Amino acid sequence: MSSFRLDAGGLVNRSDALSFSFDGKSFTGFSGDTLASALLANDQMLVGRSFKYHRPRGVVTAGSAEPNALVTVGAGARAEPNARATMVELHSGLSAVSQNRFPSLKHDFGAVNGLLSPFLGAGFYYKTFMWPKPFWEKVYEPLIRRAAGLGKVTLAADPDRYEKSWAHCDLLVVGGGPAGLMAALAAARAGARVILADEGFRFGGSMLSETVTIGGLPAQDFVRQTIEELATLANVTLMPRTTVFGWYDDMVFGAVERVQKHVSQPSADLPMERLWRIVARRAILSSGAEERPLVFGGNDRPGVMTANAARTYLNRYGVAVGSRVAVFTNGGSGYRTASDLVARGIEVTAIVDARQTAQDTVPDGVRVIRNGSIISTKGRHRLSGIITARSGFEEVISCDALAMSGGWSPIVHLMCQRGAKPVWSDEAQGFMAPDVGAGFVAAGSAAGVERLSDCLRDGAAKGAASAAALGFAPYDVNTPDVEGEYDPSFAPLWYVPGARDKAFVDFQNDVAVSDLGLSQREGFSHIEHTKRYTTAGMATDQGKLGNVATIGIVAGMRGVSPAEIGTTTFRPFYTPVSFGALAGAERAEHLRPVRTSPLHGWAKKNGASFVESGLWYRSAWFVRAGETGWRESVDREVRAVREAVGICDVSTLGKIEIFGSGAAEFLNRIYSNSFLKLPVGKARYGLMLREDGMVSDDGTTSRLSDSHYVMTTTTAYAGEVLAHMEFAAQTFWPDLDVRFVSTSDQWAQMSIAGPKARVVLSRIVEDDISAQALPLLGARTVTLKGGLQARLFRISFSGELAFELAVPAGYGESVADALMDAGRDAGITAYGVEALNVLRIEKGFVTHSELDGRTTADDVGLGRMMAMQKPDFIGKRLSTRFGLTAADRLQLVGLKPVEIDKEFKAGAHLLKENATPSMANDQGFVSSVCHSPTLGHCIGLAMLKSGRERLGERIHVWDGLRGTDVVAEVCSPVFVDPDATRLHL
Amino acid sequence: MASLITCPHCGVRPKEEFSIRGAAGPVRPSPSARQEVWHAYAYVRDNPKGRYQEYWHHAGGCRRWLVVDRDNVTHAVFAVIDATEWHKTAGSRI
Repeated sequence: MSSFRLDAGGLVNRSDALSFSFDGKSFTGFSGDTLASALLANDQMLVGRSFKYHRPRGVVTAGSAEPNALVTVGAGARAEPNARATMVELHSGLSAVSQNRFPSLKHDFGAVNGLLSPFLGAGFYYKTFMWPKPFWEKVYEPLIRRAAGLGKVTLAADPDRYEKSWAHCDLLVVGGGPAGLMAALAAARAGARVILADEGFRFGGSMLSETVTIGGLPAQDFVRQTIEELATLANVTLMPRTTVFGWYDDMVFGAVERVQKHVSQPSADLPMERLWRIVARRAILSSGAEERPLVFGGNDRPGVMTANAARTYLNRYGVAVGSRVAVFTNGGSGYRTASDLVARGIEVTAIVDARQTAQDTVPDGVRVIRNGSIISTKGRHRLSGIITARSGFEEVISCDALAMSGGWSPIVHLMCQRGAKPVWSDEAQGFMAPDVGAGFVAAGSAAGVERLSDCLRDGAAKGAASAAALGFAPYDVNTPDVEGEYDPSFAPLWYVPGARDKAFVDFQNDVAVSDLGLSQREGFSHIEHTKRYTTAGMATDQGKLGNVATIGIVAGMRGVSPAEIGTTTFRPFYTPVSFGALAGAERAEHLRPVRTSPLHGWAKKNGASFVESGLWYRSAWFVRAGETGWRESVDREVRAVREAVGICDVSTLGKIEIFGSGAAEFLNRIYSNSFLKLPVGKARYGLMLREDGMVSDDGTTSRLSDSHYVMTTTTAYAGEVLAHMEFAAQTFWPDLDVRFVSTSDQWAQMSIAGPKARVVLSRIVEDDISAQALPLLGARTVTLKGGLQARLFRISFSGELAFELAVPAGYGESVADALMDAGRDAGITAYGVEALNVLRIEKGFVTHSELDGRTTADDVGLGRMMAMQKPDFIGKRLSTRFGLTAADRLQLVGLKPVEIDKEFKAGAHLLKENATPSMANDQGFVSSVCHSPTLGHCIGLAMLKSGRERLGERIHVWDGLRGTDVVAEVCSPVFVDPDATRLHL
Repeated sequence: MASLITCPHCGVRPKEEFSIRGAAGPVRPSPSARQEVWHAYAYVRDNPKGRYQEYWHHAGGCRRWLVVDRDNVTHAVFAVIDATEWHKTAGSRI
């Protein structure tokens, strides 16, 4: 075992050794270790290279604020960059590698940047790489990006799964340290439902790091006992490894639980991480306080860490951070660390105290340099000494680690995420939690309470008060006595003057005091500007460690109070949250639901290729043996419908059942055309407008009984139409008796179209479906052979004799199969939406290609559907506006190429002969195009200025995107069977 | 990440179940109202900062249109009322 692991003490299990690797080298740690504590135990102080200058860096903290010890954990698809070694729970087989170094951590070419550092100050890339201009994008930026940076993300698909959950409680306690544990206990004993969440894998917070006695027990035993009691309470949910990262509206908290990040062999039955949304009636923030580093020359040398971190590694993990440790402090924490080190037999070479006087207990035999400072440090990959200065006298003190303490900052992040700013306290020399109301309060050191005993008391009192405020019976809380605690108060010290080396305020972003000075001199003095210009407080740690010092130093430079400087904006997330957790199950094919028609299986076995249409998969065309391209299939399908019979799946059309005595009146107001007198047993094509007079959707609606209608909508607008009708019914005309229900998924619907449609259909229908019994636009219930009840509509979107047959969804495939059998001798052909589209273009029927939200009914030749004699309908009033009735509006026309073998595409613009392409010369555009197998050439529908007056005119179909220009003749949009004789067969 | 709306029919539900349509203030004019009135109804909206009444559709729940009276800066919700009820009592509101 290495020399830095102590023989006893701490919360690691020395009988459970775990092997792991770092940069390919094998090490051993214990269960209970973090990756950081295990590395330190193995004398691996150097763990990373800094962002900009590639300076060697070591572990600075023992918690989630760690700026330096960022490593890539895991390999292959599970590689996770920028993991904080201080938060990674050690497990057997864990592999980690350092980042931002080449070729190795010890020998990094990028370290040359350190020599260039005079040229690489804040904002250097705005100034230095300005010329030649194209070089920025092509040369400089890629170079800088390669040189600077953190870990690299893997591009392999994440093999793990993630999930999202909701939780509800009376009281959420964020942080399981002294205040949090007591708050949870007090509220739970009173009967409140409590959730206690902690980002660490072990509850107890600072009590795990302290050598005090609480309630007569060593602190670590007191924690164990308290957790054991909480675990027995049914109204308490303990959530370790759970970071509450955000506070949102209505007391909803976001949290991420690392379910099995710490497991060697993750179970496939469990998610890797779980994203929680916790709804709390009240919440207590007991997130503790962060110890501030001191800002002095060379303060980033590996081996320099916070005093609290040194104490935590010693007392919690049984690891000495060095064999000869120096301390630099402005308060009690440094002294306590020195005492604990000495008690464990580790040499403390000196305590450098920035203050003139102090009351703190000095361990026996340890030299104290009062009113002292550190101006530089020595050592390459690990600290070898410090240079102290006092009264102009310099001295080199040898040491291999330095514990520094610059005072404490309450961790108030969560309470500041919804707009409230933290409040500066001169007395505490820190930013305190803002008052955000009684529902969410800070407790313990997060509330600025200093001593451990006071934190316990504060937590208990606030937990009890929260429960009482929620109506739970008051519970008398006994706060345990604490023996041997220290006074963590401190004197302010933002910056140690006389630095001989760079003095860093933000380790992660390589921001030194000199950069802050530069930003002030160059006008970026507002703290938000200072942040952006220097990058202080950016990246994964978001200034947890350095922000308060940044503010203090900027305040000092400007000669004002930190209160006047203020803080930057706090936003979620408190610590980085993986995209996997945020996405949850919504990824790949689970990103959005997939809707398949009840006839999907039927289409598949008949050779369909599918096309996505919103969430739907619709059959596009059906390939037959020997066909080499989609056009061949589509042409065959179209010919079959025109000459024999085809069958098409139209189940995806929206279907809305409408009931009520007011249904007729309602439809009359929601459609532009008349619906009041639609007889039972009839279908009618209807046009819906928006209130601004433009067409919004179309479809057929059939009256099945006096007070029962069934409406169809386009596939894409089914949801919108239902919401629109509900809105109209509930807010415009609540007195009309009308109800809606969507049945889009409940019916399989197929169109049977073509001259032989009736012959084939009659083979499976019991009822008489002759032209007399079921005339055009008839709609009725029929019985299929075998007894199934179905709905049959005589409606056509192809211009042919056609029926739409609707059967309950589960029967869809067998009915379609029966129709295929019944129509085999007639040549029945399955056709898809491509053929459907060709058939409707040949007939000049419009879809949302034409009804694009800018067209009126008259624009698309449906002016007769505006029943202006009706007292009211949606869109009526504004449809009469001048702009909507102007003579030069774009109107629907047909287009056919003058040279019959030429083709054009939708999206092309229309120009008069000899006109140059310009907005001013634009005559309109092509909305739909297809090859018409019926006519044997390309045809199109277009929106053309005053189009209906221009039939016969020659016009240029100009397609700038594809570089084509085809002369076409303007014609009627109805290309096939203009007298509609085929419809009436 | 989340916020909660108390539907008068379904209780406390997450906002993901709702879709928002915009200001609930404008009332559909009578068919004979002047064109300017209709223009204002169709196109003109205030964009207030602060207290605001808007239509929320409980699309993933009871499918009723609701009026949510809230502060759009703080998201403090003052009331959630069924839109039909809201329109019935429109005259009595300030």
